Amino acid sequence: MRKRLLILTAIVASFTLVAAACGDSGSTDTTSGTTTAAPTTTVASTTEAPATTAAPDTTAAPDTNSSFSLGIAFDIGGKGDQSFNDSAAAGADKAAADFGIDVSFVEPNADGSDRANILQGQADQSDLVVAVGFLFADDVAKVAADNPDVKFAVIDDAMLNLDNDPPTPRGDNIAGLTFAEEQGSFLVGVAAALNTKTNKVGFLGGVSGFGLIEKFQAGYEAGVHAVDPSIEVVSQYITEFPDFDGFISPDRGKEIAAAMYESGADIVYAAAGSSGGGMFQAAKEYRDANGDTVWGIGVDSDQYNTVDPSVRDTVLTSMLKRVDVAVYQATQAVIDGTFTAGNTIYDLSVDGVGYSTTGDFLTADQIAQIEKFKAQIIDGTIVVPTVPA
Amino acid sequence: MNNPTLRRIALALAAPALAVIVAVVVSSIVLIISGSNPIDAYHDMFTNALKLETSIDILNRATPFYISGVAAAIGFRMNLFNIGVEGQYLLAAFFASVVGGAVNLPPVLHVTLVLLVAMAVGASWSGLAGVLKVTRGVNEVISTIMLNFIATGGIIAGLIVVWQDNTGQVNSGTTPLPKSGRMPDLNSWVEVFTRDIGKGRHLTGVLLLAIAVGVAYHLFINRSRMGYEFRASGYNPFAARAGGIAPKKMVLSAMVLSGAIAGLVGMVEVLSDNYRYDQSFVRGLGFQGIAVALLGRNKPAGIAVAALLFGFLDASRGPLQASGSASTEIVVIMQATILLAAVVAYEVVSRARQKNEASTAAALLAGSQS
Repeated sequence: MRKRLLILTAIVASFTLVAAACGDSGSTDTTSGTTTAAPTTTVASTTEAPATTAAPDTTAAPDTNSSFSLGIAFDIGGKGDQSFNDSAAAGADKAAADFGIDVSFVEPNADGSDRANILQGQADQSDLVVAVGFLFADDVAKVAADNPDVKFAVIDDAMLNLDNDPPTPRGDNIAGLTFAEEQGSFLVGVAAALNTKTNKVGFLGGVSGFGLIEKFQAGYEAGVHAVDPSIEVVSQYITEFPDFDGFISPDRGKEIAAAMYESGADIVYAAAGSSGGGMFQAAKEYRDANGDTVWGIGVDSDQYNTVDPSVRDTVLTSMLKRVDVAVYQATQAVIDGTFTAGNTIYDLSVDGVGYSTTGDFLTADQIAQIEKFKAQIIDGTIVVPTVPA
Repeated sequence: MNNPTLRRIALALAAPALAVIVAVVVSSIVLIISGSNPIDAYHDMFTNALKLETSIDILNRATPFYISGVAAAIGFRMNLFNIGVEGQYLLAAFFASVVGGAVNLPPVLHVTLVLLVAMAVGASWSGLAGVLKVTRGVNEVISTIMLNFIATGGIIAGLIVVWQDNTGQVNSGTTPLPKSGRMPDLNSWVEVFTRDIGKGRHLTGVLLLAIAVGVAYHLFINRSRMGYEFRASGYNPFAARAGGIAPKKMVLSAMVLSGAIAGLVGMVEVLSDNYRYDQSFVRGLGFQGIAVALLGRNKPAGIAVAALLFGFLDASRGPLQASGSASTEIVVIMQATILLAAVVAYEVVSRARQKNEASTAAALLAGSQS
């Protein structure tokens, strides 16, 4: 009995320690400058100013809106994921600086059981609550009904009641902020096709089976094949819905990416949350071992600025999902009194998605070609698929 | 301290007190190293816990912890380590949601049906591990861990795409339970004694179920013949066997009972929170239950204290983030150190108790001889 008890304790302790370790590394990253780097990304990566509607408040003194509070509810992992959550934080920080508002950040516990609680906690003290991630969708619908005087926005969920025709917002105070990820992925697909020497590229998805990451895959493959239909694209996912570990498993991301590089794919695009960090590690190690130049393509944030500096040379470009722009604009809309319930789609035409050129690994000629595709997508000549062929 | 009864009571209280002191000391050291003021952090945690809304949060959180703890404890009492509560409750919640969302029954019947389905699914899944153990001698730790993966990665992943409610939402899941299948919250009961509960908080009705589970567990393990046989087999399987207790039957029934209770762990979510199985369904409660059962020494009341303690620590994350007085990881660190310290402390105390009993017996023996 005693021996088995010890073994059991060891098992439980290791589970707990793993959880502690995950959380811990996240917060260390935050303090080591990830968050401060991210807003700079915003400026550096977009050549044009984000399509913000006229901002009357930008010149005003930064304390004109000190009575306004913005509450951010992160997805599991919180600040310091070098990707999705950090991008939201960057938008909130920018809004805080420009509008002089109060911003507070919270994240749910490890199993996400207290999403509704943290939303209510934010609603108690905020005028606008932005929930980062579609896993908040149902909880936001519930909490928003209890708090009609607070505005809510959910990243990555349309927050529409699709039973109605036409679809109606799930609440008068709820906005859904979604992105045309397939359009941004198309552009980095073009970048991959222009840079591959082996005529074979890879796609590393975080979690398959719930439709979101397939949008990235579909756009990427379409972009690659728009340049050269003969290029082979190998696609693989880390986990399958409902297992969401694929977004937080850099070790498994590294393993799959390494196998892709070994198999001759010289550019891999990871749409896998923090697992993508493993891909850049794999690229670096493959370069060191074989001397061949292989690349990784980042996602959500400009990962050149967010990955470990030792591997940033492998970041060819990043598909930018401008969560920061969405958070910023949603905040501005509430301050200006122009908040609209329902779905807002951030696509190429409003720079809601895009690609980064930090590191100057894309040549001017390549950028010109990518821009040509971009113009065609915006004017509707090219319609990017959202489901893989 | 010469009175043996007093010494026994002191020893019984020593272990949990020691564990909490060690955890507070370790956490304080961690807080100081990470540049936070421990006094501020503990102050925030306690002032928050005294709020009515936080009490609701703590109870909502402790409810599944408690049921999960009891499920694990039933096995532990028999010396069986059911690591599979995790898979059992997820699978049970999934099937219960599917069935609950598909039928339309009068309110009480509907909830009863959902509960029965959940218990049946949980019991069959753990029963599988029991059958493997008694017929093939497969260690239940191994089989239940593997069955966890088969449940979540195999069965649920495979079937949810077939049975999901096609509303086009990104957060897809099963069809929500109709009104008749939902358990009402207990807010109105609480508000009789207190002020009105702030908006957005609902005390889960499943709390009553958890209390019922606790009472049933106490009666079963301490008052029933089968419970006695369970404990006897756990203390000494060979003696129990010699005493006429069929070991295979015991293993199987312990696994089945443990799984049936495990099936109820997800009911907070299904009956009173989300009303369906979707992508945000709470996972990890099965492992929390093991920790809670260990901390509570497999006793009905002990598990309740442990569940409330873990619930309190978890509910502290919000105010710690809001005030910024400490990093929320301190909560995980505290849970882990309390658990480890408790196991060590119980071990130390149990040795002391054995020594105490030995010397008492020796004294009695010496007394009777003289």
